[in-house]
Amino acid sequence: SNCFSLTFIFCGSAALKAALIIQNWYRGYKARLKARQHYALTIFQSIEYADEQGQMQLSTFFSFMLEHYAHVHKEELELRNQSLESEQDMQDRHDYVDLIDVPDSYNGPRLQFPLTCTDIDLLLEAFKEQQILHAHYVLEVLFETKKVLKQMPNFTHVQTSPSKELTICGDLHGKLDDLFMIFYKNGLPSESNPYVFNGDFVDRGKNSIEILIILCVSFLVYPNDLHLNRGNHEDFMMNLRYGFTKEILHKYKLHGKRILQILEELYAWLPIGTIVDNEILVIHGGISETTDLNLLHCIERNKMKSVLIPPMETDRDYDTDSKHNKVGVTFNAHGRIKTNRSSIEHLPKHEWEQIIDILWSDPRGKNGCFPNTGRGGGCYFGPDVTSKILNKYQLKMLIRSHECKPEGYEICHDGKVVTIFSASNYYEEGSNRGAYIKLCSGTAPRFFQYQVTKATCFQPLRQRVYTMESSAIKILKERVISRKSDLTRAFQLQDHRKSGKLSLSQWAFCMENILGLNLPWRSLSSNLVNIDKNGNVEYMSSFQNIHIEKPVQEAHSTLVETLYRYRSDLEIIFNAIDTDHSGLISMEEFRAMWKLFSAHYNVLIDDSQVNKLANLMDLNKDGSIDFNEFLKAFYVVHRYEDLMKPNVTNLG
Amino acid sequence: MADEKDRQEIIVAEFHKKIKEAFEVFDHESNNTVDVREIGTIIRSLGCCPTEGELHDLIAEVEEEEPTGYIRFEKFLPVMTEMLLERRYRPIPEDVLLRAFEVLDSAKRGFLTKDELIKYMTEEGAPHSEMAALENLPRKGPLGKTM
Repeated sequence: SNCFSLTFIFCGSAALKAALIIQNWYRGYKARLKARQHYALTIFQSIEYADEQGQMQLSTFFSFMLEHYAHVHKEELELRNQSLESEQDMQDRHDYVDLIDVPDSYNGPRLQFPLTCTDIDLLLEAFKEQQILHAHYVLEVLFETKKVLKQMPNFTHVQTSPSKELTICGDLHGKLDDLFMIFYKNGLPSESNPYVFNGDFVDRGKNSIEILIILCVSFLVYPNDLHLNRGNHEDFMMNLRYGFTKEILHKYKLHGKRILQILEELYAWLPIGTIVDNEILVIHGGISETTDLNLLHCIERNKMKSVLIPPMETDRDYDTDSKHNKVGVTFNAHGRIKTNRSSIEHLPKHEWEQIIDILWSDPRGKNGCFPNTGRGGGCYFGPDVTSKILNKYQLKMLIRSHECKPEGYEICHDGKVVTIFSASNYYEEGSNRGAYIKLCSGTAPRFFQYQVTKATCFQPLRQRVYTMESSAIKILKERVISRKSDLTRAFQLQDHRKSGKLSLSQWAFCMENILGLNLPWRSLSSNLVNIDKNGNVEYMSSFQNIHIEKPVQEAHSTLVETLYRYRSDLEIIFNAIDTDHSGLISMEEFRAMWKLFSAHYNVLIDDSQVNKLANLMDLNKDGSIDFNEFLKAFYVVHRYEDLMKPNVTNLG
Repeated sequence: MADEKDRQEIIVAEFHKKIKEAFEVFDHESNNTVDVREIGTIIRSLGCCPTEGELHDLIAEVEEEEPTGYIRFEKFLPVMTEMLLERRYRPIPEDVLLRAFEVLDSAKRGFLTKDELIKYMTEEGAPHSEMAALENLPRKGPLGKTM
């Protein structure tokens, strides 16, 4: 911080004092803007990780659902595992690719196999024009990619040199503009311009398939210079919830299902990581104190289908359980799930956990290794764990991604761990920069940042902060309204005098406990509730200006609230059951699904209420419910005129 | 008598929580430390407006014996609590700020041009390198200044 004494000769000390006053005010103003920006980011991150944790907790439930409801899927799977691999590949090609014709009327890009860099250019141009690649080519590309990936080891070893620097990119999450930006700034992949893409290519953004295709095509053209590492979102169960499945089914209405099927397998063949110059480990998430790179080099990675399909327990694993200090699989009150799965299909538990750690862990400043309670999978690893593991394998640095950072990258653990994140404006316009790293042996890594913005980048900082802040507050309020009943009960319990008011402390306590989000509630309170002149909170104002739209008038509000709260989960379950992706679910399926769901979640909703609702939703009375319509019916209405306004009179 | 003490304890407890919240938001590694360069932001976000000189002294107070570039929460908390309790470094009242602008506007035009403001902000007093980024000022300043 600057601390210049009064070295300037200026006529009139009044002017000097004035300048000092204005500077002081301005610093305070900037600081408050910065703090608001950080609060918004904290909200986005907490909610994102809480969602992921919800996913992980559902793992046994989902696998049970798949076992018992997706019987079609299971039979297919077993048949496939029984036939010879080469036969299966031939069958795949026939089933997947050859049966689909590309009509003459198709105006999109046409790829020529074997692929060359011309095809990369063709695709980039086409995607810039927002064209959609025909399913035939998508399938052919994915099929070929899977074939080549199968030959790759679990870890790719790469060497750099002054004439051949390596570029490392982090999460892209379907943000095509960011990939274009990277190629624009850093050049297209080639033998002299190698890249590592460190996972999470898909989900959330709206061009996941385009990114995946560009990366796969580049990989097929330059298999030794374009390296793909698996991220935690390269997982078909994650895709069900976080948008990729929806994107595919929307863009490829006819052949989407086939694309999804081949993706399931392709993901599992993605390498686990890259090792650069024998000294830098590049993986998506992180490590744990038990990370065993030698073991990871040897496991059959293709058996790790999804993080949400936990492995079988063997007797052996019971002993290792007590040693593990991490969140692994949770089992419901009914004990182990009986499965018919053969042991060929799945990894043993300790190997599965090794991969979970690599894909899900986050570095933290505290020494030791702790369960990653934020996400529900993997661990938090401290600087001591980093030192231990890096030393064990004679490595100097760990490069990972998995977490959004405001500057696009962050260095921690004494320079030994670098986080690289390549999706700019990930949460909201203006939320963060994206970045990539260039590595060359013998020199320090170089960082390059960018931010893809449109018109809003020319807005003043104050406006950008406001945009981000209101977006964060909006999604937070949606959380709040989805827990209205529980929150109201908690507030009333504390409100002994039935005054409708609580202290700020009491209100913050309830919010944190019910929502399970570790947020700076006191600092955020002015955006979320009304506070009287004594500093007390009118707690019911937590729910003002927002309500859940009832799909049908007769539906009971508690039921509506519950269904709204679990709509993402219900969507996943539904998608898992709906193996022909017809979008329809029968009444019995709906009732059976709801029964299981409510038992698992201990949701106390009357069966008859649910039946009534299902009946009401069966709009054409044919015994089936269009689930997408069902879900769309539950949405939240914000009264826009009452959302946070930029506070013009407030000088900061 | 006991009431007064209780009330004081409650106030202090509330300040502690508030300070912890502001601190944690900048504690990126979740190990109860923040980069020393963020301390000014944290203090100001809590409503105190020390001058650069005063901030410099505060940092010296909360730093380690051998400065590490990081400030620990345990050292920061008592200092910040006292600042809040004593209502030190209160922000400038609006009318004073307005008069400050008026002082610089010697010709009494009701505005300052962008160049003039840049000159005053970067050449006088305790200059701040980011002062030149005037886009960050509010649209309607007290004088309705030009952007």
